[in-house]
Formats: sequence, structure tokens, C-alpha cells
Amino acid sequence: MMTVPLGDMLLKILPELGLLVLAAVLLTLDLLWRSRRCRFLGWIAAGGGAVVILLSLLFARPGPEPLLLWGGMMRLDSTGFVFRMLFVTGMAITALFATENEGICEHGEFFTLLVISTLGMTLMASVVDLIMIYLAFETASIPLYALAGFLIRDKKSVESGVKYLLFGAMTSAVMLYGFSLLYGFTGSTNLYEIGAQLSAGQLPAGLAVLTALLVTVGFAFKVSAAPLHFWAPDVYEGAPTSVAGFLSTASKAAGFAVLLRVLLVVYPALSSLWTGLIAALAVASMVVGNLQALNQKNIKRLLAYSSIAQAGTILIGAAAQSDFGVTATMYYLMAYLVTNLAAFGVVMVVGRAVGSDEISAYAGLSRRSPGTALILLAVLLSLGGIPPFAGFIGKLLVFGAAVEANMAWLAVVGVVNSVAALYYYLRVLKVVYLDRAENETQPLNMTSAWKAALVGCVVLVVVLGVLVSPFYTWASQAAASLIVY
Amino acid sequence: MQFPILSVLIFIPLLAGIVLLMVPAQRKDWIRGIALGSAAVVLVLSVAVYALYDVAQAGYQFVETAPWVPALGIQYHVGVDGLSLPLILLSGLVVFTGVLVSWHVDERPREFFSYLMFLGSSVLGVFASLDLFQLFFFFELAVFPKYLMIILWGSPKTREYGGMKLTLFLFAGSVLALVGALAIYFGSGLRTFDMLVLEKAGFPIAFQQLWFPFLFLGFGVLSGIFPFHSWAPDGHVAAPTAVSMLLAGVEMKVGAFAALRVAIMLLPDGARFWAPAVLVLATINVVYGALIALIQSDFKYVIGFSSVSHMGLVLIGFACLNHDSLLGAGMQMFSHGIMTALFFSVVGMVYDRTHTRELSQLGGLVQKMPWAAVGFIIAGLVSMGMPGFSGFVAEFPIFMGAWRTAPLVAIIAILGVVVTAGYILLVVRRVFFGELPKQFQNIPDITWMDKLAIGLLAAFMIGLGWFPSLMTSVLQPGVQNILGLLGG
Repeated sequence: MMTVPLGDMLLKILPELGLLVLAAVLLTLDLLWRSRRCRFLGWIAAGGGAVVILLSLLFARPGPEPLLLWGGMMRLDSTGFVFRMLFVTGMAITALFATENEGICEHGEFFTLLVISTLGMTLMASVVDLIMIYLAFETASIPLYALAGFLIRDKKSVESGVKYLLFGAMTSAVMLYGFSLLYGFTGSTNLYEIGAQLSAGQLPAGLAVLTALLVTVGFAFKVSAAPLHFWAPDVYEGAPTSVAGFLSTASKAAGFAVLLRVLLVVYPALSSLWTGLIAALAVASMVVGNLQALNQKNIKRLLAYSSIAQAGTILIGAAAQSDFGVTATMYYLMAYLVTNLAAFGVVMVVGRAVGSDEISAYAGLSRRSPGTALILLAVLLSLGGIPPFAGFIGKLLVFGAAVEANMAWLAVVGVVNSVAALYYYLRVLKVVYLDRAENETQPLNMTSAWKAALVGCVVLVVVLGVLVSPFYTWASQAAASLIVY
Repeated sequence: MQFPILSVLIFIPLLAGIVLLMVPAQRKDWIRGIALGSAAVVLVLSVAVYALYDVAQAGYQFVETAPWVPALGIQYHVGVDGLSLPLILLSGLVVFTGVLVSWHVDERPREFFSYLMFLGSSVLGVFASLDLFQLFFFFELAVFPKYLMIILWGSPKTREYGGMKLTLFLFAGSVLALVGALAIYFGSGLRTFDMLVLEKAGFPIAFQQLWFPFLFLGFGVLSGIFPFHSWAPDGHVAAPTAVSMLLAGVEMKVGAFAALRVAIMLLPDGARFWAPAVLVLATINVVYGALIALIQSDFKYVIGFSSVSHMGLVLIGFACLNHDSLLGAGMQMFSHGIMTALFFSVVGMVYDRTHTRELSQLGGLVQKMPWAAVGFIIAGLVSMGMPGFSGFVAEFPIFMGAWRTAPLVAIIAILGVVVTAGYILLVVRRVFFGELPKQFQNIPDITWMDKLAIGLLAAFMIGLGWFPSLMTSVLQPGVQNILGLLGG
């Protein structure tokens, strides 16, 4: 293995160090400012995110060959790089949505927790050692438990935090048991070495299958795939809306980052089993998510079930276990991140104006604020997979991955589900555009932070849906670098 | 560099749609002006493309390419041949007349005309696409304008049901076709979505037989193929006038065209294998659609089911896979498009004035709106396939072709034409003749814009009836191209 000088190694984790500094800065400013200037904190977090993105473009750009750092704990490759971009973008947008929200603004530690969780996610995507994976996993999760229950005066929020914590602790314990078995039988914590040993048949097949099942529990929880999805609707409904958006996008993407790496690096020997397992999860998530979403009255619960179904669709790409499948998964995650963040953003804006998250409260929105209605139209259609929005390309690639891997049946299941999904997205649009309400002449209050975040998201939704090429190249580079040792 | 006429044609309505959304909602005169202006440009350009197409040279013309996603073999690739050319002209005509008859839309006109323009861009984009990905892109671009226009401006009783049904049926069809298209993409091993390359891919016969139904039925849903036709009458009836015109007049052709362009032309062996099955379904379309139209009590449903019936003839033309039938199908797509647009526009004019579509409550309207009556009768004659009108020159070759390949189909389908004469005459008598009910004594005549729309559409139907060679000469090379693919 090539040795890298310490200075260089530090340079390569500069983005992560940057996030750490950002977290510290936010905490200090919160102490200094108290609640007087709290609305700047969100902007600072978002700006810090932009700086981190710049840092990783300048210093931590992966070369054509993946590089092992810090004694083989971390791997500098395109996969980690692209996922980092994803998480930091998600963090920045979430921070903007969170600014000037009562109950959040006065407690600046919100942003610190958000940034630390993001740090955990970027590590999840780039570490290749079981111990580090577990640490990163928890670094990402623990702040999220606190964030979900952040509104301590709101019973639902607290309940949501506790529920999330209990579910998360349980699944991560199961996952850890899987890790311990893997270490115990192979004597290594490095994913690539474990993978090599499994491929060489060092481990009895039955045991390998057992470890696969155990670790999947942790990942399935993170991506909210059925049957480990039960937490999602309650947590999304109770958590602050901006946190729900973050949970359903960045956190889910982080789950996929680890899932893909472990799947492709550790278990290539068990590929047919994995394919079956992931395909089963995909089908279950799509069917459960879509069926439950059909008759939801609350928009946050609807989006929660829709995000379970979306996880199922993304899993189709993972089930294909091919270069193209991973590319499709990556692209879908990018598209999904900006789309769903914007969806939750609109929910937050409308929720604050009308004081309700019921779908019926969206009546008259298209007259009240045509711009917001148009944004909602774009994101719901993107979720439904309609051009010219990002979701269309994601859907096309994911179905393509299934067809390429001779699993056209899975694509057909996806087709049926996408029709059901379009039904409930259109139902929301119907309320927005057709139904009338008494308050439809009052304008909608929008702060500049929310506007910036919403417009940014929608621009990305259209760019990802029309321009495609540069993002596709990123996704395919990330896919390629994941597989080579 | 030559003038990118097709791109301008596709992107002008798209741009107009976006610009319209930015105009202040209260400037209704600006909104209508922009809509009419861009629709006029589209009409002029579509006529220009038709006129400038060099028949002697044949093949794809006005071709433009630009890289889009090179890594996936996707490019922006437009061009027209003899088959798509009449449909481009059709789109231009229907978009323009659609704006004319919607002039009085007073409820949120900004959104109405904007979505109408998006719809226009979508259909033009499909007809001009030579890249499979791009075809889907434009195909599904129509989803949200269709849905929103039906639920927002449709007839209050059924718009939510009709709009949702239509959107979900068509979406299901298009995603199913998408899976088929992906199979073609990966099956060819060429990693390209370019249809001109894929035509020569030489897929194995078993592969073609497996995937042809996905593509043909997937797109066929939009052309109203039995048993997936039921969205059509419900959707058309629920939709506002201009959208019914575009849906039945142009969108159904989008489905048929895509089924031809992708399913039949890329998988010719699959087409030959499944042709008998398609013939059976299409024959049911013709006869069943006509019989159901005969017993409707709602004016608009009659026309809605007549579209199902007439599209069956197009599909018969496809499935017979010979020169005459394909030529007739090409003509029928155009002829039915303008005919049904005229039908729906008259239905809309009648409804706007009488506020009823019940045949039993209407009567004697020829006294009040003679232009509408004459227009409807002309369209009716086209529908019945009378010589001297475009319907005859379209249906005759289809039956000639069918007689050669499947005489039984021709005989049964002829029955459909007889029934068509029945329901058309019935409707004409019930609506326009007989006694004028008292409550309609004071209804106004149609506006000059309505008359212009009727006159324009009628002129094309009569002109084509007398000079079919204006279109057959253009279609000929396109048909030869298909026959070449089928033969080789």
C-alpha cells in the first residue's frame, strides 16, 4: 500500500475538519448572540456548507485511483466525494429552511447538531472499516434523535424523537452484532479484506448469510425500507418539518452509501442472495409505502409513506448489483434529495401560514401563491417521475438497471407502483389547484432564506431533469470507484 | 447552417408557455395575444415544414442533432419524414384553432393558455423525435398540462374522475412502454437511443416477440386500443373544448404514431407475429366504439366513442402491414385529427350556449348557429367516409389493404362504418334540426373566431378529399421506408 504523508492526509479530510470547525463556530456564536441574531445562524450554516463544498473540490478531490488513508480506515474515492456533496447540500438547504422558525431559532445548537450529523454522514460514505462505519453511523444518528425531538414543548415532537431513538438503537445493535460476527470469523475489520476472505470461501455459507441479514437490518432502518419503516411516518409527522426533510433525504442517502459499499465490497460472493434480499425489500417498500400513502390526510405522513416507496424504487438500482445499477442509485439519490427537500420546504412554509399539515389545508394555494404552488407541482411531479424534472431521469435509470440485469419483472413492479404513486401526488395537486378556500387572498409569508432554499432546490430539480450529463458522469464515476479494490 | 425550423417549432410554444406564466394574471389581453401569436407562428411554421419537405429526396429532413447525454447515447435528434409530416401540420392546425375557440375562457386564462402551449410543445416534440429517450421526454411532458387542464376547466361533474382516469391510464401505458424501450436499449448492445441506428439493430425474433406488446400496447393505450380505451370517452368528455380537441385530435395520434415509430419500426418481426392479435383488438375498437356511440344520450360522449371507433381503423391500417393499409392509416390519422377537432369544437360551442349536452334537450340549432351546423355536418360526412371528403381517401385504402390481408376484418369493420353513418345522422338530426326548444330562442350565434376555426378545419377536410395526392405523395416515401424495414 502506498503511504501518504500526514500533511496530505490532513488535506484530504479538510472538508470533514471544516464541518467540525463550522459546528464549533455555530455553537460559539449561539452562546455569544443568544437569541438576538439567531436568524443569521442558518445562513452561516449554509454558507459554511458552501465553503466545505469548495474545500472538497479544491483539496479532497479523488484521483483516478482510490487512495487509502489513515491506516486503511478511510478511502478517498469518487463515491465518498459525490455523497459528501450530497450530504452537505442537503445540510445547507435544511439549515436555510430552519432559520426563523420559532422553537428552533432561539436554540442555536440545532445547527450544531445538524452539522455534526452531516459530518457523520460524510464519514459513513468514505470509511471502509467496520469500527469506523459504526462510529460514523452513530455520529450521524445521535444528533438526529435530538433533532427529531427538538421542539420540547411539543408532545408529538418529543414522542417522535424517542421513537426514533428506540428504533435506531435497536437496529444498530442488531447491525453491530452482524459486524462482530464478521470480525470474529475473519479477524479483520477492513471491508475489502473481509470481502476477499468471504470470496475465498473462508466462512461457512450459512454464517455469511446470517451476517448479511443482520447488517441489512441497520441499513434498512436508515433508508426506511419495509419492513423496518414503521418509525418513519410517526417521526416525520412529529419532528420539525425541516428535520423531517433532512431525515428523508440526506440520512436516507447515507444509509444507501453504506449499503452499497458493504453490499458490493463484502458480499460479492453472495450476490444472488443479496439480489433476492434487496429485491424483496424493494418490492415490499414500494407496495407498503404506496398502499399506505393512498389514503393519508396529513401531508407529512403522505410524504413519509411516499419516501418509503421511493426507498423501494431506489433499492431496485441496488438490487441490480451492476455498475449501471449503482450509477442509477446515485443519480436517483441526487434527484430525490433536492426534490424531497423542496417538498418538505413547501410543507413547512404552508404549515406555518395555515397552522396545519392536513392536505385539505392546501386548498386555494394556487391562488394564494402561484409560485409556491408551481414549486409544489414541480416537486410532486418529480417524485412521480415526470419530465422535465429530475425524478424522471432517476426512474428511467433505475428501471434500466433492472432491465439490464434481466430483472424486468422488478421494473414492471416498479411501473405499477409508480402509477399508484402518481395517483396520490395528483390528488394533492388537485387540492392545490382546484379546491377553493377562504384564506386564498392572503399572501403567504416567505423569508428570504426559505425563498433561496426553495428556488435553489427547484432549479436543481429542473437541471437534474434536463441537463443530466454532468451529474450522470459524477454518478457513474462514483459507481466505478466503488467496485475497484 | 440551415434554419433550425423544427426546434423553433417545438420550443416556441414551450417558451410561450413559460412566458405566459410570468405575465400578470390581470392582463388578459396580453395573455390572449401571446397565446394567439405563438399559435399562429406554430401554424405558419408547420405549414412551412410541410411545404418545404422535398418529396423527391424523401427520407428524414430538417434533421438537427445536438449532444445531450453522450454517456448514455442520448442526443437531441429531430427530423421529419412522410409519416410525421402530416401530424406536424395537424398539431399546428389544432393548436391554432384550439386557441381560437378558447378565446372566451375567463377563468384563469393565463394558466389555461400556458398549459395549452406546453401540450402543443409536447406533441410536436414527439412527432419530430428521432431519439427514443427524447420521444419519451416529450411524451410524458404532456402529463401535467393534461391533468390540470381537465380538472381546472373541465365539466364540473366528471372532471376529477375523468382527469385522474385519463392521466393514470396514459401514464401506466407510457411507463410500460418505457420498460420496453429500455429493453431495446440494452438488448441492442449498441448503447444508443438513436432510433435510426436501432432500426438496423437486427433484434432476435424471440426478443421482438417478447417486447413488442410492451411497446405497442403501452403506446396503444393513448391511441385508445381496446380494452384500454375507456379513458378516452371519459377524459374527452370531462375536458374543456380545446383540450378535447387536442386530446382526441392530436394526442391519440401521438399514441398511434409512437406505436408505429417505436414498436412496429424497431421490432418489425414482433409486429408480424402479433399483427393478428392487434387486428382483432382494432376490429373490436371499430365496431364496439361505433355501437356504443349509437346509444349515447350525451352529445359529447357520442364524439368521444366515435374517436375510439375511428382510431381502430388506424390500428387496422397498421396491423395489415401492407402498402395501402399503411398509407390509409397515415391519411386517417390526419383526417380523423382535424375531423374530431371540429366535432369537439362544435360540441363546445353548442354547450357554451345551451348549457346542456343531452341530445333529448337539444334541437333546431341550425337556425341559431348555421356555421356550426354546417361544420358539424361536414365533419360528419368525413366521419362516414363520403367521397369528396378526407375520410373517404383515408378509409378506402385501409379497407383495400385489409381486404388483401384479412378480408374478414375488412367485412366486419365495414359494419362499423355503417353504424357510424347511423349515429352521425342521428346526432345531426337531434341537435341541429327539428324544433328549436323555447329556452334556446335567444341564444347568440357563434363568434367570428369560432367561424374561422371551423372554416379552417373544414377547408382541410374538403381540400384533402379532392386532392388526396397532396398528402399521399408525402406519405408514400414514409410508407416505403416502413415496408423496407418489414421486408428486411
